[in-house]
Amino acid sequence: MDKPILDIKNLVVEYRTDDGVVQALNGLDLTIMPGETHGLVGETGAGKTTAGLGVLRLIASPPGVVVDGTIILDGKDVQQTTEKDMESMRGYDVSMIFQDPMTSLNPVMTVQDQIAEVYELHENISHDKAIELTHAMLELVGIPAERGNEFPHQFSGGMKQRVVIAIALAGNPKLLIADEPTTALDVTIQAQVLDMMKQLKKEYNMAMLMITHDLGIVADICDRVSVIYAGRIVEQGSLEDIFDRTRHPYTEGLFNSLPNLTDRQQKLKPIKGLMPDPSNLPSGCTFHPRCNYVMDICSKENPPRVYRGESHYAECHLYNEENIMKGGVIERD
Amino acid sequence: MTNPLIEVKNLKKYFSTSSGMLHAVDDISFSIDKGKTLGMVGESGCGKSTTGRALLRLLEPTGGEIYFEGQDLAHLNKKEMRKMRKELQIIFQDPFASLNPRKTVSQTILEPMVIHNMYASNKERQEKVLEIMEIVGLAERLVNVYPHELDGGRRQRIGIARALALEPKFIVCDEPVSALDVSIQAQILNLLKELQDRMGLTYLFITHDLSVVNHFSDDIAVMYLGKIVEISSADDMFLKPMHPYTQALLSAIPVPDIHYKSERILLKGEITSPIEPPKACRFANRCAYAMDVCTKNEPKLVQLEPGHWVACFLHSDEIEE
Amino acid sequence: MNMKRKSPRKKGPIFEVARRLAKNKSAMIGLAIVILLIVVAVTAPLFYSYDEQIIKQNIGNRLQSPNAENLLGTDALGRDLLGRIIYGSRISLYVGFTTVAFAFVVGGTLGALGGYFGGIVDNIIMRFMDIFLAIPGTLFAITIAAALGSNIRNLILALAISSVPGFARILRSSVITVREVEYIEASRAIGASDARIILNHVIPNALAPVIVHTTLNVATIILTIAGLSFLGLGISAPTPEWGAMLSDGRTYLKTHFYMSLFPGVAIIMTILSLNLLGDGLRDALDPRLK
Repeated sequence: MDKPILDIKNLVVEYRTDDGVVQALNGLDLTIMPGETHGLVGETGAGKTTAGLGVLRLIASPPGVVVDGTIILDGKDVQQTTEKDMESMRGYDVSMIFQDPMTSLNPVMTVQDQIAEVYELHENISHDKAIELTHAMLELVGIPAERGNEFPHQFSGGMKQRVVIAIALAGNPKLLIADEPTTALDVTIQAQVLDMMKQLKKEYNMAMLMITHDLGIVADICDRVSVIYAGRIVEQGSLEDIFDRTRHPYTEGLFNSLPNLTDRQQKLKPIKGLMPDPSNLPSGCTFHPRCNYVMDICSKENPPRVYRGESHYAECHLYNEENIMKGGVIERD
Repeated sequence: MTNPLIEVKNLKKYFSTSSGMLHAVDDISFSIDKGKTLGMVGESGCGKSTTGRALLRLLEPTGGEIYFEGQDLAHLNKKEMRKMRKELQIIFQDPFASLNPRKTVSQTILEPMVIHNMYASNKERQEKVLEIMEIVGLAERLVNVYPHELDGGRRQRIGIARALALEPKFIVCDEPVSALDVSIQAQILNLLKELQDRMGLTYLFITHDLSVVNHFSDDIAVMYLGKIVEISSADDMFLKPMHPYTQALLSAIPVPDIHYKSERILLKGEITSPIEPPKACRFANRCAYAMDVCTKNEPKLVQLEPGHWVACFLHSDEIEE
Repeated sequence: MNMKRKSPRKKGPIFEVARRLAKNKSAMIGLAIVILLIVVAVTAPLFYSYDEQIIKQNIGNRLQSPNAENLLGTDALGRDLLGRIIYGSRISLYVGFTTVAFAFVVGGTLGALGGYFGGIVDNIIMRFMDIFLAIPGTLFAITIAAALGSNIRNLILALAISSVPGFARILRSSVITVREVEYIEASRAIGASDARIILNHVIPNALAPVIVHTTLNVATIILTIAGLSFLGLGISAPTPEWGAMLSDGRTYLKTHFYMSLFPGVAIIMTILSLNLLGDGLRDALDPRLK
């Protein structure tokens, strides 16, 4: 079997501020194989972005502190790597793209110079050669090469995000971390960008961590899915596992909160309550105050991780090894 | 017979910019029946938010008429309009920017009642504040809390409470759930729906999220570059979209269902500039079916089936004068 | 409602700012010195008789080094230096605060009107401000002093007028920012009048940068007064003024250096504490630096 490109084990990250300790990640486990697209789904404050930044060792410190856990990126322990080695890994082994394309680009540099910079840094080639590669890359992400000498403000939002993706791909990374890459874009532009990403993924056989809140995007582009709540993965499995064999009540709640396109009369069933305060998490299962199936034990003990198969699990007191196979414990099955 | 509460005729809103007139809203007409919801969808820059604001005269319309219960809002003077605001309210997208950070929850909800001199005494108004807070699902203990201490969902409830304080008949909802997480989004949508049933409210629901608009609206208008390109009942719009833009827009929705496989229509290019647009179909440069006529004339919004209007030369030859 | 649940404390934005300010050590030192200065200035008449000890010459006691009787020594006319420095703080703070209060009200009003209404109103106001801004403050004060006589009232007038444009510009730009925020539109939507919107919603949210400017501006004014008096163009003898005292001490710099040192220290302490406080306020009022 292949070695995973990314293997995160029991990652615990805290943000220590004067106002208290925010527990951003509480034992996150995540494995991504080469060429696989893994969706990390959750709501604001669940720790999605912190997980992405952790892989690149870009968590701002202070206030961020990695308390526990290991991150193995392409066989190297990120925590033990020197800053210099880390710099050469960023953009080369792993790249990250962010939600807002505008703030990721330098406004006073032409688009092609920004992309060429990556080639020059990582491949030690002349500027002219780098520009040549840049033009090929621009065409690849769907921007005419002759627009390369324009500045970011001359591009629309969708085009800027393409440039950002081009910069991320220029280092030919083995893993691309995409943090809500299309959230700031219009639907038709989002469709274009997602379509392009799907093609690039195929072409480069690149692994991808897709951080998003949108289950529609997950359905469209991901192979495997992790659902994150309050800094911990509550359910993980293949796309089919999560969508067709949903086990965790929170995952169910996410699906039920979405309007149904084919049945517009169907009433939305929102998850009650609010995201917990990350500096004061509920005891036991952190989801228990919002859960429709809450039992006495939920507030007392941390839920066990119960496997439905080799790669599908849920962390929930509702399940034991038998009933997780059959399902039928929650309404959505 | 229909009974429109709001009837908009030939509404225009232009902005002057250094490179020419920006046609944000360009001659659109629609009406909304009492107690119904018109969903207005489109992508950023299509003029949907400007429409909502021009309708309430938060932006002065460049032209056109806005009839509310038969009275033309566009020609009221400033003072008359201020009085009229009691009937017409708006809920904003950004639950952070739309609340004054220096006002407590009760101060924010109280202010509209004070301005319009509602109720006999301050005590009565205070009681009303608590009543409204309960309706929108804000706990009584939050009455003296400042917005920065609350999350987006609760803030949005304050915004809704402020609008309800005046007991309006009509509310413009400008992307009221776009800034919220899905689980909270569903709570707010259910609340808005419940309020509509309970108080007989009429909504103009502006959004870029097609699955939300489908769920929420009775009728849907699709806007593109300042124009309404298609308008029909929500069912019709999703079952048989006729305008090529509507078709592309609907096909682009990411559907959270792995068995739902639809052929995605990918549009070429991006929205063109709304500054001094030529007399032509504004979608022509991205349209897969574009014909000669599309770049020479502007299609007219024509009723093809009862209640289903489309502005496209594929379906009708009528030209906008 | 569940009464056992504790009601959240009412923590307004002002409380938040105060909390952040309290965490800033240098700002708290600045604040402590400013408060000390104000207390000393206000209570001075309890300890010293202005006519007997501050103004009246006592040649027999001239040029005393610091001793038990005169803690900081005496000046060339035998007056107690400590007393004169304390009374000097009354002058400096009085001129500083009055000038800034005037400039704040006039400049702030003009700036708020210009910023809120924009267009031609804004244009007229701001072009006027530009004209005033083109005249250097110190030069303007010297001119006024030369033309109308150098007394405290004229000085305050001159300095206030030259401070007005600064306040107008700052409040204007801050009002323009606030004006664009959605809650202003929300107020218009509920039918609030312009006056109500400006007073209730715009001004309270636009004041933060002006408060910082006010603190720093008081320091500038005090420094300008001292500078003018040092040159003999500001407040004249026998009124105890720090700049003038510093100047008086120059003659005796070689033998009695403290005559210049102590007023100098007083000026530095005042300016420094106001600047520390101003910087602290700027940080505390800026939520991004939380």
